[in-house]
Amino acid sequence: MIMKWRGWALATGVLAVSAMAQAAPPTAAMLSNACAGCHGTNGGSAGPTMPSLAGQSKEAIEVAMKKFKSGERPGTIMGRLAKGYSEAEVTAMAELFSKQKLHITTQTLDKAKIAKGASLQESNCGRCHIEDGKEGKDDTPAMASQWLPYMQMQMADYLSGKRKMPEKMKEKVDPMSKEDIEALLHFYASVK
Amino acid sequence: MTLDRRSFLKLVGAGAGAAGAVSLPMIGQAAELMPKSGKRVVVIGGGYGGTIAAKYIRMMDKSIEVVMIERNDHFVSCPFSNLYIGGIMTDLNALTIKYDKLAANHGVKVVQAEVTAIDPAAKSVTTSKGTISYDRLVVSPGIDFRLDEMKGYDTAAMEKMPHAWKAGPQTILLRKQLVDMKDGGTVVMTVPLAPYRCPPGPYERASMIAHYLKANKPKSKIVVLDAKPDITSKGGLFKKGWKDNYEGIIDYRPAKKVTEVDAKAMAVMVEGLEEVKGDVINVIPPQRAGQIAVAAGLVGDDKNWCPVDATTFESTKQKGIHVIGDACIAGAMPKSGYSANSEAKICAMNVVALINGKETTELSGINVCYSYITDKDAVSVAGVYTVKEGKIIAVPNSGGVSPADFSAAKTEALYAESWLKNILTEMST
Repeated sequence: MIMKWRGWALATGVLAVSAMAQAAPPTAAMLSNACAGCHGTNGGSAGPTMPSLAGQSKEAIEVAMKKFKSGERPGTIMGRLAKGYSEAEVTAMAELFSKQKLHITTQTLDKAKIAKGASLQESNCGRCHIEDGKEGKDDTPAMASQWLPYMQMQMADYLSGKRKMPEKMKEKVDPMSKEDIEALLHFYASVK
Repeated sequence: MTLDRRSFLKLVGAGAGAAGAVSLPMIGQAAELMPKSGKRVVVIGGGYGGTIAAKYIRMMDKSIEVVMIERNDHFVSCPFSNLYIGGIMTDLNALTIKYDKLAANHGVKVVQAEVTAIDPAAKSVTTSKGTISYDRLVVSPGIDFRLDEMKGYDTAAMEKMPHAWKAGPQTILLRKQLVDMKDGGTVVMTVPLAPYRCPPGPYERASMIAHYLKANKPKSKIVVLDAKPDITSKGGLFKKGWKDNYEGIIDYRPAKKVTEVDAKAMAVMVEGLEEVKGDVINVIPPQRAGQIAVAAGLVGDDKNWCPVDATTFESTKQKGIHVIGDACIAGAMPKSGYSANSEAKICAMNVVALINGKETTELSGINVCYSYITDKDAVSVAGVYTVKEGKIIAVPNSGGVSPADFSAAKTEALYAESWLKNILTEMST
């Protein structure tokens, strides 16, 4: 029995040496697994201020990372981390997260605000936030079931001018009341 | 993982037993606890590293049986335990995870037992419940203390002068002592030379204790005796945070290496020259890899930490055994919870490849670490890691610490809460 094990160990040892000599460059899984400590396993976040990446489009993640890297989008650690990856590595991670199913969150939301948001969203935001926010046009992020506190923090950055709003979004958001905006965020957070 | 007196004595016994097991023939060994049929990975330790290694191996290859051995039926996180010590968290519930969902969701076989020896030749682990054989072993034992470098700091002294550097009863004890201390009292904290678990941890703890004293015992102070010549992690941020918030409360004294304690006199000795007394004394002793790693011959020339391959985290001392987390030497990756999480996934991917005779994958890792300065302000350090010429390095021109003016500190405190929620959810579901 011991001999058998030794023989097996020797065989795998040989394999290990030959494999180690030619370790492949980091794969999409190798790269994106490291993000999951903060963004959740497979990009499904359990933390209310941390966005889920699962189900975001490739373009949305690529553009977000590019803007974090350049400093155009305000961030805390994301700017510092984005600088650690090449464009090709970002694309590999973005592709992987885009193939995950949208992460469904369970959060406490206001029913009246959801209803109000539902009445506002199609005519105001629906052209870019497609399918009740389950999808996004071009690099527009998916908003469905995203964490409310995360979206509120981002909207505060938009409204204060810290984060630059896309022109088309600005046209719609500028005339809205704070209550309307809040209602829209509750609506998107509620979509399952 | 807690280290009460009983388990400490067991560990000391384990050390002696392990040396015997390696040199003696396999006669009269304990019975096989769970006979192995197919491919099996055994993981030692159910903390930041072990849980993730176990889960991700199963996520990547369901044909591999994974057995995770942990002495406790739960785990208490060291990250955020300083907030409990400072009274910001009222209990340890949010820091505590159980293992039932790792079993239910991923089929990880969790064995609650004490590992007493590893036999690398026989590919077998001896536990308090019997032996378990493996094809590959992942060791994630965290740290133990170099008590020979802290004279008088025995298990009885730990009950009077808690280290609280393994979260659990020790954390609760330190909190209780702070609450019981009279106003006008002095808290003394000792900090060892690097490397040790969680480089900014002592300074976050000093901040949290000062936060508590400021609000509740304003005539009191905390003396930090640091063996190092300066604060080496987030140094500028801590100094500014202390100046802005805790002037006159934190008395930071660099290059003061404590080598001896007197639990009866409630005093510590700085290199046999200077005695410092305290009403509450938090001794953070010098550290090394968890005892089982030492007993199994996994530590390197420094006799403290485990050298590993920078792709697979396989020990350079023992074939077929991988070491992750605080216990290993991971180059530029610090001894942090997030590093352990990241290392576990890198290790898991390559363990799966090696077992299946497939090509391994180069490392890409991350560390993200937050430290609270007040109850509402936190600062961070973040890094991305790669391999160059066989060594783990930080990717040039990336990573770094929070802005020096604390402009992001309130936002980072909010992100830190989600950091905890996500990383503990990863470990327990």
